[in-house]
Amino acid sequence: MNISNQEYGELAKRRSPATPMYKTLPMAFVVGGLICCLGEGLLNMYGALGLSDETAGAWTSVTLIFLSALLTGLKLYDRIAQHAGAGTLVPITGFANSVVSPALEFKSEGFVLGLGAKMFVIAGPVIVYGISASVLYGIIYYLITLFQR
Amino acid sequence: MIMEYVWAFVIGGAICVVGQLLIDLTKLTPARILTTYVVTGVVLGALGWYQPLIDLAGGGATVPLTGFGNLLAKGVRESVDQYGIIGAFMGGFTNAAVGIAAAIVFGLLTALAFKSSGSKINE
Repeated sequence: MNISNQEYGELAKRRSPATPMYKTLPMAFVVGGLICCLGEGLLNMYGALGLSDETAGAWTSVTLIFLSALLTGLKLYDRIAQHAGAGTLVPITGFANSVVSPALEFKSEGFVLGLGAKMFVIAGPVIVYGISASVLYGIIYYLITLFQR
Repeated sequence: MIMEYVWAFVIGGAICVVGQLLIDLTKLTPARILTTYVVTGVVLGALGWYQPLIDLAGGGATVPLTGFGNLLAKGVRESVDQYGIIGAFMGGFTNAAVGIAAAIVFGLLTALAFKSSGSKINE
């Protein structure tokens, strides 16, 4: 069969209709909720070890990111994500997956411009706009405190 | 004890459902959704509206990326209190450091330890 890319795209779209929302929304809710419960459990566990709230929070983030990286390496995270959608995207594990996954897949294009650069294909914009928003807030907050003195 | 997990599940799940609605209804890409979530977290944190959610739901509010945004706002507030206006350029990265450094290092180690599958992600 001889078809153009565009025709193939349309064909593929027709053959694989989008999963209906009565399936995607509950899946996102349950998987996302479970990941957050795992985070809550880790927070409690590190708290029980005597760590401060802030340190326990940092350890929880590192643990969740480690688990996400491991599952991404084992190709399990993306398989879960196919069904869970935003349930695996929105938690910090999804951010970690967005760093680890391209690092792994673009390794073949070299360690600097492949792995090193493509790692930030999603995390880059997140950091750019997140940090910029925080700097803007910091300046506004400073001006507000000036007038409150 | 059990209620804190119920709240973590419900609030965390609800934040993810909002993301799923964005995917299904607006076709926003994952990069745009994560960026939107972090910036929204910064704004909610700046307004002081995110901390009550953390008090209620714990991990349900801190694990989603809006919690990461809130953390940036909190860091900036603390460093401006301590250092003045230059603190606006400090606190965000200070509080984001753990998450970003962990993602980079585990990303590097994973890429070195595992074979790629050949399928590239959607940007």
